[in-house]
Amino acid sequence: MLKIVGRRFLVSLPLVLIVTMLSFFLVLLTPGDPAVVILGMNRTPAEYEAAREKLGLDLPALTRYGQWISDLGTGNLGVSIYNSESVLKILKDRSGVTFSLIIVTTIFSSIIGIGLGIASAIRRGFLARTVDFFSLLGMALPNFWVALVLVAIFSVSLRLLPAIGYIQPGTSLSGWVKSLVLPVAVLSAPAIGIIAQQTRSSMLEVLDSPYIRTLRAGGLGRTTLIYRHALRNAAISIITVVGLTFVSLLSGTVIAETVFALPGLGGLAVQATSRHDLPVIQGLVLYFTVIVIIVNLIVDIIYAWLNPRIRLS
Amino acid sequence: MNKHSTTPVTPDAHEAITGTENTSIQNRSLLRVVLHKPLALICGGFLLLVILGAIFAPLVAPYPPNALDLPNALSGPSASHLLGGDELGRDILSRLLYGGRRVFPGILEGVLTALILAVPIGILAGYFGGKFDRLVGAITDALLSIPTIILVLVVLAIFPKNTHAAMIAFGILVSPGLIRVVRGETLPLKEADFVSAARVAGVSNLQIMIRHIRPGVIRVVIVQGSFIAAGALGYMVALGYLGLTASAGEAEWGQMVASAGTMLNRQPWLLVPPGVLIGLIVLAFTLFGNALRDASAEAIAAAPGPVSRGSSPKENAAQSQGVLPDHSNELLSVINLSVAFSSRGGDLLAVDNISFDVNPSEIVGLVGESGAGKSITSLAILRLLPNAARIVNGQIMFDGRNITGMDDAEFDRLRGRSFGLVSQEPLSSLDPAFTVGSQLGELVRLHDGFNRKDNRSRCLDLLNQVRIRRPEQLLTMYPHEVSGGMAQRVSIAMALAGRPKLLIADEPTSALDVTVQKEILALLRQLQLETKMSVLFVTHNFGVVADLCDRVIVLYAGQIFEEADVFQLFDHPRNPYTKGLLLANPSNAQPGQPLPIIPGRIPSIGSWPTHCRFAQRCPYVADECLAGPIPLLALEDGRKTRCIRVGDLLKKEIL
Repeated sequence: MLKIVGRRFLVSLPLVLIVTMLSFFLVLLTPGDPAVVILGMNRTPAEYEAAREKLGLDLPALTRYGQWISDLGTGNLGVSIYNSESVLKILKDRSGVTFSLIIVTTIFSSIIGIGLGIASAIRRGFLARTVDFFSLLGMALPNFWVALVLVAIFSVSLRLLPAIGYIQPGTSLSGWVKSLVLPVAVLSAPAIGIIAQQTRSSMLEVLDSPYIRTLRAGGLGRTTLIYRHALRNAAISIITVVGLTFVSLLSGTVIAETVFALPGLGGLAVQATSRHDLPVIQGLVLYFTVIVIIVNLIVDIIYAWLNPRIRLS
Repeated sequence: MNKHSTTPVTPDAHEAITGTENTSIQNRSLLRVVLHKPLALICGGFLLLVILGAIFAPLVAPYPPNALDLPNALSGPSASHLLGGDELGRDILSRLLYGGRRVFPGILEGVLTALILAVPIGILAGYFGGKFDRLVGAITDALLSIPTIILVLVVLAIFPKNTHAAMIAFGILVSPGLIRVVRGETLPLKEADFVSAARVAGVSNLQIMIRHIRPGVIRVVIVQGSFIAAGALGYMVALGYLGLTASAGEAEWGQMVASAGTMLNRQPWLLVPPGVLIGLIVLAFTLFGNALRDASAEAIAAAPGPVSRGSSPKENAAQSQGVLPDHSNELLSVINLSVAFSSRGGDLLAVDNISFDVNPSEIVGLVGESGAGKSITSLAILRLLPNAARIVNGQIMFDGRNITGMDDAEFDRLRGRSFGLVSQEPLSSLDPAFTVGSQLGELVRLHDGFNRKDNRSRCLDLLNQVRIRRPEQLLTMYPHEVSGGMAQRVSIAMALAGRPKLLIADEPTSALDVTVQKEILALLRQLQLETKMSVLFVTHNFGVVADLCDRVIVLYAGQIFEEADVFQLFDHPRNPYTKGLLLANPSNAQPGQPLPIIPGRIPSIGSWPTHCRFAQRCPYVADECLAGPIPLLALEDGRKTRCIRVGDLLKKEIL
């Protein structure tokens, strides 16, 4: 078990290196000079050279990447070119919103999606078709559009929920919940469909298996069969989809945070890109990659825990 | 959504080597199947319509995309503006039509990029395997674990507002998933007979990949391409909405939604046209892909055989109603049982009007080739039929009660206590997620309601009963850690947990090694002696029947062909089919003599003739055999046979 985790971890290290290197050199290709961005149009050549030197832009690219890696070892992610704030601090400040959003969405869509999936596996027919229909709809309608429709209904017409903005849970818990309802609903729509469909197809597959028949013939009731045996075995593929959902939500937040003006990492990514703020982009790439790796690791651990064949090998 | 048909296309070798005619035939039939799917037609037609609308936008659009009409600003649908006007009175319909001119080329770019990358790489990885495959695997895994949005943003920073760059990046980012699919599709094709034949014939690898693998892969790629197109549209309008590939005021669908978003207070209608259009197109691509996938599955599936059904249940019921009068002494009585599978052409009989009894403490063998209906009969007794199958006629009496009429809850209480099941695949009939002790203990708790300690000792008793040497150790083991023979002992123990009166053993030894088979048979015999339970033993193996059974029922094409005491059946079969089976048994083979086999095959479900179902294969077939349905004849000593020539054949000493 520990071996699996250890091996997964070691395999991940080169991935971090490759991804950060890739984004580092891609950003170098971006037209636009950070020194120009900072100084604006009215600049003297001397000021320009000084700014470039201060930003380290005069050094060769590889040296700069090496510098970034070695700083990383000391926990220093550099400072934003745009406002000289520490990248680490920027990421930390903006994480709360994004994680609230992603974690709440994952939990919410897992509960609803798995529930619907089980229900539609047991009583196919109408319920199954309804789940199919709504998951198709959730996937077909663009999420920013769904977001605006929800705002039009719940904020503009009914005035029940705030249209934009984020309230810290420390400030007001009910405010926090209210500010998350619409973004979570928007992000959950496609996620619920995907999780429900995966749950149904794995449940149907497992319910059809010889061991369920053996236990059924042995006298076990439907409830035990479905929740103890079938769900346990189906969970192996459900958890994979939940993990994938979490990762895809990292991308989804870019839209949700823009529509609802939430001060999170997704919005930061859009801003930093348009400002050529290399240290922030690098920090984000690293951060997102590490999150993906951690999520995959957690999925692997749950997977192994559910599957004795892996756990004991 | 990513489910796709994995059935390999396997045209005949010689045809494939001489060219790809065969594949083109199959592709044509794919097209035909699609044309017969109304949903596919509607989706395809709709997509064609919007694409044509975009191409001919300058001709069909009522206004130029940016023509202002301030008096009609935010007007909502009207005669002059069918879908209304936006905040500057620009015609929404016209803007949607012109917007299509950006969307469809973009989708094409994204899909083509993915295909151009994924098809060759996937085929190469699948075809050559080895190091290249592992390298591709590592790269695709890595790409899949990068949050795509970041890379896209970086690309758009390098190429600001450049839709082409964004869509090519999209194509690259979705290609890993497609590479996996193509590789998965190539693997079985590589092993297919016609590819091996081509290789033997000296066709080069490149030729094989282009001529034989590519056509098989293309079908899946078309389906996936349709899904990718749906994704590309969503991605494209999202970037437009964020203002990354389009500027405010442009006739671009994402931007139209964005500007509608600023007018929510004044004219919420503005949201409707672009959102609905985008949703419909994504839906059309997805459903079209689904239809293609189903169509290709159908095109590959074998054409159904001639559709002649078995004789109708009613007619048969009348025929043999008088044969079995009283069922009070038997443990199990199956009376006129018919089971049918529902299929698109209607019901197909799999078991046709079967009647037999199992007495207390008796071991009855249910024997037949695969397709005879023996497993279906046993599953029907246990009410464990697959979803497509159901009992269409007849009754099953157990212990004097009609169990066919019971409701499910009542029936559930019979399981385990009245009858137990031992099935064919020992390893897959144990739940892989739980230890042996856990699943056995669960059944013991259910039937005996013991506390933890008693439960454990009952589990150990059961394992001792099935002659397992170190039962304590086994309790903590998982199914994947035990051997096939051991697993079969465990599933027998599980079947015994409720002390059933009838054990139904469905080919319990077929999947095991010969030596293990012998042990399991010996075990079943001993267990029957110890517990006095009845056993219904389903098998295709006459050797096993001779070893174990008291009485034998021979099934053929859903009907009982012969029923007799085991000694009588082996010494004096009264049916040409039984005789043929006995002669074909390898254990009766004479050294140096070819094994006399029965020529031909059992007719498949749905293609049973109305006359004698064995006639085609019977060496003694006569005109009378082909005249009509053959009744089950009662002979001396309670024997039965379904052969109208039995008297004749006996006289001629053939039987």
